[in-house]
Amino acid sequence: MEAFLHQVLSGLATGGIYAIVALALVMIYQATHLVNFAQGEMAMFSTYLAWTMIDAGLPYWGAFAGTVALSFALGIAIERIVIRPVGNAPVLAVVIVFIGLLVILNSVAGWIYTYTIKSFPSPFPGGSVLGGYLSRHELGVMGVTLGVLLLLFLFFRFTPLGLAMRAAAQNPVSSRLVGIRVGWMLALGWGLAAAIGAVAGMMVAPIVFLDPNMMAGILLYGFAGALLGGIDNPAGAVAGGLAVGVLENLSGAYLVGTELKLTVALVLIVGVLVVRPSGLFGRVLVNRV
Amino acid sequence: MTAILEVSGLVAGYGAAPVLHGLDFAVPQGGVATILGANGAGKTTTLRAVSGLIRPAGEIRFAGERIDRLSTEDIARRGIAHVPDGRGTFVHLSVEENLRLGAYTRRDPAGVARDFERVFALFPVLQERRRQQAGTLSGGEQQMLAISRALMLRPRLLLMDEPSFGLAPLIVREIFRIMRAINAEEGVAILLVEQNAGLALELASQAYLLETGRVVVAGSADALGADDAVRRSYLGY
Amino acid sequence: MTAPSARQWKVAGLALLLLFACALPFLVSSYRTFQLTSALSYAIALLGLNILTGWNGQISLGHGAFYAIGAYVAAILMDRWDVPYWATIPAAGLVCLGAGFLFGLPALRLEGLYLALATFALALATPQLLKSKHLEQWTGGVQGIVIMKPDPPFGLPLDQDQWLYFFALAVALAMFWLARNLLAGRIGRALVAIREHPTAAEAMGIDIAFYKSATFGVSAMFTGIAGALGAIVIQFVAPDSFTLFLSITLLVGIVVGGLASLSGAVWGALFIQFIPNVADQISKAAPWAIYGLFLIACMYLMPTGVAGLVRATAARLARSPRRP
Repeated sequence: MEAFLHQVLSGLATGGIYAIVALALVMIYQATHLVNFAQGEMAMFSTYLAWTMIDAGLPYWGAFAGTVALSFALGIAIERIVIRPVGNAPVLAVVIVFIGLLVILNSVAGWIYTYTIKSFPSPFPGGSVLGGYLSRHELGVMGVTLGVLLLLFLFFRFTPLGLAMRAAAQNPVSSRLVGIRVGWMLALGWGLAAAIGAVAGMMVAPIVFLDPNMMAGILLYGFAGALLGGIDNPAGAVAGGLAVGVLENLSGAYLVGTELKLTVALVLIVGVLVVRPSGLFGRVLVNRV
Repeated sequence: MTAILEVSGLVAGYGAAPVLHGLDFAVPQGGVATILGANGAGKTTTLRAVSGLIRPAGEIRFAGERIDRLSTEDIARRGIAHVPDGRGTFVHLSVEENLRLGAYTRRDPAGVARDFERVFALFPVLQERRRQQAGTLSGGEQQMLAISRALMLRPRLLLMDEPSFGLAPLIVREIFRIMRAINAEEGVAILLVEQNAGLALELASQAYLLETGRVVVAGSADALGADDAVRRSYLGY
Repeated sequence: MTAPSARQWKVAGLALLLLFACALPFLVSSYRTFQLTSALSYAIALLGLNILTGWNGQISLGHGAFYAIGAYVAAILMDRWDVPYWATIPAAGLVCLGAGFLFGLPALRLEGLYLALATFALALATPQLLKSKHLEQWTGGVQGIVIMKPDPPFGLPLDQDQWLYFFALAVALAMFWLARNLLAGRIGRALVAIREHPTAAEAMGIDIAFYKSATFGVSAMFTGIAGALGAIVIQFVAPDSFTLFLSITLLVGIVVGGLASLSGAVWGALFIQFIPNVADQISKAAPWAIYGLFLIACMYLMPTGVAGLVRATAARLARSPRRP
């Protein structure tokens, strides 16, 4: 029983990271109805930016804030420069551009920072809490997840810009008719996604170590979480991310062992897509063929 | 009387084939003009060209300024509110959020608050339902919401695309009564596209009859309504 | 005398090309021959992916998985049961036909983006699955399997690399012939109709579900055969050769070569075989940076790929007046 509880709690902690990645995916999905395959590499690249700042002597939270801001700007730039030209292209073209972006970010990171792994600091003190069930870092990650979710909720619910972004995602034509610059709302969505992804990267790097391929598996679980919770619904995506984290831990401990983690994610993704494409809390998102 | 909207030689369409072949029309300052015509005559296309949703050729002047090269967003910001066909409400947002979006470009919170009062006075049912999702409103209520959202922009010109479409006659009467009030009391000019020619001619001072993308008859609304030949062959009543 | 028709030009050109292909291994070093052989195997894989993605419009980011299955079938058959190398090719094809068809069944319900997502997951999970200790007794786990290079049969005066090249060339020709016949007629038109206008295709009486999953199967078969060939050429299979980046490489190949183009598979194969060799000299990361740039640039500037560019150039040359 104790072991089980331990698995659940630490699953919730990793799930928190998946939840943040899922949130980032939702940002772009809501705005453009696209799934950003390069989300993981964007987060990885942001984490390297944070590493550079810390390496240059910036205090952790200063580097954290700087990285989030810089990632936000980079996300907007990517939308404007890379994604905008294929805005109305067929899905295949858009997916190919995403993959191109993924590959470029991965290789540029490898080029600049090499492929050797680096350690990345945690802002939280070492040691464990709750009678050893959780490390302080894991607890901190959960707090950060909830913080990000709360901030996003406040932003979308109570600010005019947040309302405009929701409107632009829902009905671009009507949005333009009331004077909302829809193109910029999409770019903002990318900026937010990049900033949120950066948080995920900085939270996971102390656990998995920093290297250009660190996000691949995490992105996959982020996908699974977002799909499970409903990829158009931020709260659902967070719930999905947490659930997937727990599922991963339990299946690792009691079913298939940790060596098949990614296969579990594959099965989850295909399963959700086939059985309940709108996720548990989402509106219908897949047009059946 | 000067015109707030002057359109000359308007050519527009979707893809290669134009739907409109050189329209000339105007909406008088503070007045109501209507464009009548059968399905497919190009009425909706005309409104879409004015608000920049499709890129037109020709000249469109609003309050003396060329707007035919501006983006929809900038045209809206100059004070043209467009109530599109199908109403264009944000169905997943609440009534209040829809109205707040209408005032998105405005930077005078006090004025916006007054305008909330104003549209709630015009359509009390919207106040009752302000927290409700717009998609759950009835057709008539959605049309009221669409008009209110347009008013929140504090427009100088209102483009209305078939406000009577799909509504019960009683509600249509009510909506036309309110449009008349908006026009008379606040001086908002209206360009109205309608299938229901009788109602439209009652409200408008100027009327244009559109046939396959061309203005075939233009004149005062009274003259068009009185012309038997026009009535029989085009208006069908 | 009448001028030769376009068709006659084409046949003559292909014959010349074939002659050139047969002469190549005698003209270049054995390392280059090995590279060309490996390019031939890529060409078959690209053909398979192109049938699915280019013609039928189903996006797969996970075809590396089928390449891996083909490679492992060949390696396991040769390593464990001493099956002759040439017999592993059809076996790999059959296994992948089945695997592709099976994966195609749930994939049927997924459109565009979501199929891409599911196959992306497949690509990421593949190396882990291959390392799994449940399969270790066959796959050799992380170590993989080493296989022997075949000798030329019938005492042919060729070295091993040259023989393998001709063997791969024969398989490739057979696969291209098969693909051409599949795609030239009714089936090819049905695939394109499903890609362009699924509703209309259905109204015309095309059984979309069957066509889509069958296409997935056939596509996986091509790629699996390529994988088997690749394994025999490289003489080694290991899980880490079949990562997401292999699947992306295949995607790069069809995009650069030309979507929905037979000859595009050859151009694409040459690209993914030789460009990394050149770029490697700049940096380990450079080939991938170049791949990424090419992917995006192709979508902006050259959506028909090299094959489209060649067609357009040929058409322009044919139109321009001959100079004396």
